[in-house]
Amino acid sequence: MKKAILIISVLFIGATGFAQNKNAKATIEVDGVCGMCKDRIEKASIQAKGVKSAIWNVETHQLNLIYNEKKTDLATIQQSIADSGHDTQDIAAKDEVYNQIDPCCKYRDQQVIDDHKQGGH
Amino acid sequence: MKNYIFIAFLFPLSVFSQEKVTGKITDNINNKEVSLAGANVYWLNTQVGTVTDFDGNFEIAYKPEYKKMVISFVGYKTDTISVNSPKRITHSLTSTANLDEVTVTARQKATSRSFIQATNVLNVSSEELLKAACCNLAESFETNPSIDVNFSDAISGTRQIKMLGLTSPYILITTENVPSIRGASQAYGLSFIPGTWVESIQITKGAGSVTNGFESIAGQINAELQKPTLDDKLFVNAYGAGNGRFELNTHLNTKVTDRWSTGLYIHGNMRDTEFDKNDDSFLDAPLMQQVNVMNRWQYTDTENGYVGFFNVRFLNDEKQTGQIGFDEKKDRGTTNAWGSEINTQRFDLSGKFGFVNPDIPWRTGGLQLAYSHHNQESFFGLNDYNIEHNSLYANFLYNSIISDSRHKIKTGVSATYDGYEELVLTENFSRIENSVGAFFEYNFDNLGDLNFTAGIRGDIHNRLGAFITPRFHLRYTPWEKSAFRISAGRGKRSANIFTENQQLFATSRDLKILGNGGEIYGLNPEIAWNYGASYMQGFNLFGRRGDVTFDFYRTDFKNQIVVDWENPSEINFYNLDGESFSNNYQLEFNYNPFTHFDVRLAYKYYDVETTYLSGKKQNPLTPNHRFFANASFQTHQTQKGGNWKFDATFNYLGEQRFSGSENYLNTIGLSEFSPSVSTLNAQITKVFSSNFEIYVGGENITNVKQPNPIVGSDTPFGTTFDTTYVYGPIFGSSYYAGLRYRIN
Repeated sequence: MKKAILIISVLFIGATGFAQNKNAKATIEVDGVCGMCKDRIEKASIQAKGVKSAIWNVETHQLNLIYNEKKTDLATIQQSIADSGHDTQDIAAKDEVYNQIDPCCKYRDQQVIDDHKQGGH
Repeated sequence: MKNYIFIAFLFPLSVFSQEKVTGKITDNINNKEVSLAGANVYWLNTQVGTVTDFDGNFEIAYKPEYKKMVISFVGYKTDTISVNSPKRITHSLTSTANLDEVTVTARQKATSRSFIQATNVLNVSSEELLKAACCNLAESFETNPSIDVNFSDAISGTRQIKMLGLTSPYILITTENVPSIRGASQAYGLSFIPGTWVESIQITKGAGSVTNGFESIAGQINAELQKPTLDDKLFVNAYGAGNGRFELNTHLNTKVTDRWSTGLYIHGNMRDTEFDKNDDSFLDAPLMQQVNVMNRWQYTDTENGYVGFFNVRFLNDEKQTGQIGFDEKKDRGTTNAWGSEINTQRFDLSGKFGFVNPDIPWRTGGLQLAYSHHNQESFFGLNDYNIEHNSLYANFLYNSIISDSRHKIKTGVSATYDGYEELVLTENFSRIENSVGAFFEYNFDNLGDLNFTAGIRGDIHNRLGAFITPRFHLRYTPWEKSAFRISAGRGKRSANIFTENQQLFATSRDLKILGNGGEIYGLNPEIAWNYGASYMQGFNLFGRRGDVTFDFYRTDFKNQIVVDWENPSEINFYNLDGESFSNNYQLEFNYNPFTHFDVRLAYKYYDVETTYLSGKKQNPLTPNHRFFANASFQTHQTQKGGNWKFDATFNYLGEQRFSGSENYLNTIGLSEFSPSVSTLNAQITKVFSSNFEIYVGGENITNVKQPNPIVGSDTPFGTTFDTTYVYGPIFGSSYYAGLRYRIN
């Protein structure tokens, strides 16, 4: 009986494992203003365990992700990005971290945003 | 985003009263609609967005202040489109999946060197290639300081290229990453690729990648050909020069079906005017004619992630040279007059097939297959030289990542077959060479200041044995706008001593192979290590961009087939016994002093030495000092796309050592070193519109000429006859004009 439970539970885990996508795609919004932000966001994403590919677009603020659902989830990835100083759609970066990023990357500052719009970077 | 959708549900009335944009997002598969589910659609600079449903449909609130809609999806190019009314739209996205190793689709601006790549690669765009209008791949390096172009001898008109002080056999030359100019086509192969067929060139200094084989030593040159889907529907280039040369290039490209495109590329060139301006009774440039036809087929299926290229090419090239009045029918095989003919027929068949996993964009693979038949029949005075070369090449490549996109891998297997039937004078040197190998390359990129590529391949070759080829490249950026690179790698090859040194047949020298029972002509394979370091710094000076690069490369031969010209009555081939190396220092400076004006300056110092039987010596006809300057300017484009373009290139070559003892050189009127030479080329292009342009140019404007380039020209069957003492231009200044017409 124990064996049967074990087999069933293994099968069940296997089945749920199968249902989880190893190459799940997602697009989330991450705030940032420039190429330096792009590097930081992509690096923070890829350094989060389980993320295989991360491409952020400066203009659209969209972060295209491919990640292993078995190893991570969107909340974890977003936390990692927020820890690097960038607000994501669900998690805002802590002020202490935000204050440490380069002055040119201060995406919460309207002045900085405007500077970039005028073709600063 | 979800929050906003939620909010929208809470206020159904406001949604109802709002105007809406509805639409459908599809995958762009040759105008065939395939719905894209899960694509993001939102208004630029707002938080208003939605996601397409399973049929690719979406619905999004519209307000007049929303102007631009952004559509994005992983694995596709993000598009921003203008929408200024509440309507229904249908939009297709383009897959970003491309196969770097199989096709390079990006079009580069002029010449550029990357700050990011691990390898020291110089990208030369088609725009750069137009700066010197003439005419084939060998001549397209005139505006590039990394490649040196010389005449190999005084009669055949062949331009020989050198990189890091070493001749072209040590450079792996590929077309679309398939090794193409090797074996029997080594000497003249570069002139078999018309310049207009070339879309871009990538020059890699130092050890290349293991994915393309083990043969590259000094570097790699890859030429990307025009792609039927990107090239003009019709392109015509006509060229005529005062030296009697005419060329005509025609490209016809058309789309056959949704997935198939084809291109027909026709090239013809001829020179039928005899010139003997230096009165040595020999033609200054050969009479020649070439017909070169290629048909390309391109297959693109983005839906399933397949791309392919299939090429068929036929070439007939005839060169005749020697004394004025030489008549092949009457004079061949006699000493009435000295003449030479080099006739080549070539047939090429190649295919490439690549796949991308549409769901997993980093998983790509490619298969390259190539077959060529090359037949050269030639005679040089009383010396006959015939070579037939059948070649097969297969390479399979697979790309993926390990855990994430910072760790990329490439792996694959390859096989080659080369069958040679070679008749040298009366001796037969026919042989077969074949190899199978496997490779693995790992690339690490920390997405910041460091990336490196480490590759290794193992091959089993019927004549070179079983061996390992390691290659390593690293790029480190210590501070902003800089790139520090190092590379190291090993190369191994079998020297095709006769075909690589065909100029020897146009001399009175005796051929001697001092073999030791080795596998190739009784000689051993050539083995060399190449080490390089390069530092590049970008800067802003007076608000203008520039960059400066310093390179050092060293090639160290473990074995080399020494080509010894030191004894004037002989040419000896033997295995290296002692040191042979090439040290190359290059300082390059690029600056943009004002808009549309670019300046490139380069200074090079070469120290190339080989141990001959007679001792260690500097390699003959390899100058220590070289200086290069290029300036280009273009006027602002008019609305029709017209403008003027000006380009000038200056080349200085320091003195070059002639082979042979000082005593002997005196008797033939030469001193130990050649004088230094400076040449100037310039071109002006008038672009009338994007469809039509004309150009005029001059080569060697200052009319520099080597006096008496042929030693013993008065007694061509005598003991001193030698056409290889060439250090500078034979033909004086020459002017040309041409036109380019295209329909897009």
